[in-house]
Amino acid sequence: MGSIFSLVVSLIIAIPAGVISAEKQHSMIDHITMTSALIGTSIPSFWLGLLLILVFSVKLGWFPVYGYGGLQYIVLPALTLGAGLAGITTRLTRSSMLEVLNQDYVITARSKGLSEKRIIYHHALKNALIPIITVIGIQLGHLLGGTVIVESIFAWPGIGKLLVDSIYVRDFATVQACVLLFAIIFVCINLLVDVLYVFLDPRISYEKE
Amino acid sequence: MKENIFKNRMAATGLGIIVLLILTAIFAPVLAPHDPNEQILQNALITPCWKYPLGTDEFGRCVLSRIIFGTQTALFIGISVALMSALIGVGIGLISGFYGGRVDEILMRFVDIFLAFPGLILALVVAGLLGPGMLNVIVALTLVGWMGYARVVRGAVLTEKENEFIETVESLGASDGYIMFRHLLPNVISPIIVMASIGIGQAILGAAALSFLGIGVQPPTAMWGSMLSYGKDYLQTAPYLTIFPGLIIMITVLAFNFLGDGLRDSCDPRCGKLMSE
Repeated sequence: MGSIFSLVVSLIIAIPAGVISAEKQHSMIDHITMTSALIGTSIPSFWLGLLLILVFSVKLGWFPVYGYGGLQYIVLPALTLGAGLAGITTRLTRSSMLEVLNQDYVITARSKGLSEKRIIYHHALKNALIPIITVIGIQLGHLLGGTVIVESIFAWPGIGKLLVDSIYVRDFATVQACVLLFAIIFVCINLLVDVLYVFLDPRISYEKE
Repeated sequence: MKENIFKNRMAATGLGIIVLLILTAIFAPVLAPHDPNEQILQNALITPCWKYPLGTDEFGRCVLSRIIFGTQTALFIGISVALMSALIGVGIGLISGFYGGRVDEILMRFVDIFLAFPGLILALVVAGLLGPGMLNVIVALTLVGWMGYARVVRGAVLTEKENEFIETVESLGASDGYIMFRHLLPNVISPIIVMASIGIGQAILGAAALSFLGIGVQPPTAMWGSMLSYGKDYLQTAPYLTIFPGLIIMITVLAFNFLGDGLRDSCDPRCGKLMSE
């Protein structure tokens, strides 16, 4: 559940950032975005979580420190978990957009006199999305791993917290069940990504010739 | 071109930080102002001052000294994990790509099994079940880190072995091992180096995450992750206990990512493509 929220958060940040960065390549905005994306991927999620608690819960008092409940409880965990994914997705969106913007059909679209906005969002982004979705599928696994840490920090009663707690008390049956569940979720996500490809790019087909 | 200069500057910064970290690890006993494990309870939870530049923790231990000694632990774990994963992954990738056919099929399905688990979770469970200790952390992180090398090396070998020079050596009667290590390996080494650089950073992050969760290296060993974990109990009264260890983890991981990124662009244009496959 938390993973879905953080996925949404990271996509909201990452895709526009990556697109802008690609559009204004080599500009100051580009360098700043790319550097912060790299910081986002390098920041330890457990530290980011604690810093967010320190600033937004302890000092500002905007969000609850920990616990489970309404929407205000999910903001900080989702941000914590989403930062790393946002960094990776931003970098990928940028490189993927740069590649697509050099394609012939973009030149055609330009020579047709379409507005730059329409070219970028209608023609280029759609095609740039395929590698992005692949990596997001893989990264969701990392996100699942991240839930273990984030649930521990925010005392969120999820499978991740259950897994850590059962490792502490050496409850192997529960550990096995949790790991199996994580693996099943992960495999299902990857399957979903494979199915999504066909919708995004009709040229991809899984049938044997 | 402009891009390359920017990337190279990033790589140089990364390398500079890494050299500094290695020097810190080597000269830790000289650099640290205090004994990292010396507990002076009446000095507990002192805010940063001249005597204790980064303050003291709940047992009165100097935070700066513990961070300095933590460099040793972190680098040791990071480098060993990257080395071991590279050894295993490269070996499996070479064999899989070179022999192809059924061997390839079996080895790659084996890789898939490992890839079916979210990395950190598998490492967490393995480290948790093996029990505390630095060696167990290294084993656990290696177990989840080798698959990437295997896949990349296999892919590179598959294209590389079609070259004529391989056919030539083969017809000269060279043994399989000789071809793999003397002719194929040097041609696929650049993506391995890039992956290893990023891998060290990831391993340090992973080790910190494990010790943050209380699994892995046990106290009193100075470890950045466990410093954070204990520090978080004093988040309101002594936030510096949380801020500084986290900052150093971030800088370290960032440095290895910078280096890996820069190397990826400079080593070989193909290498970036291979990595993204």
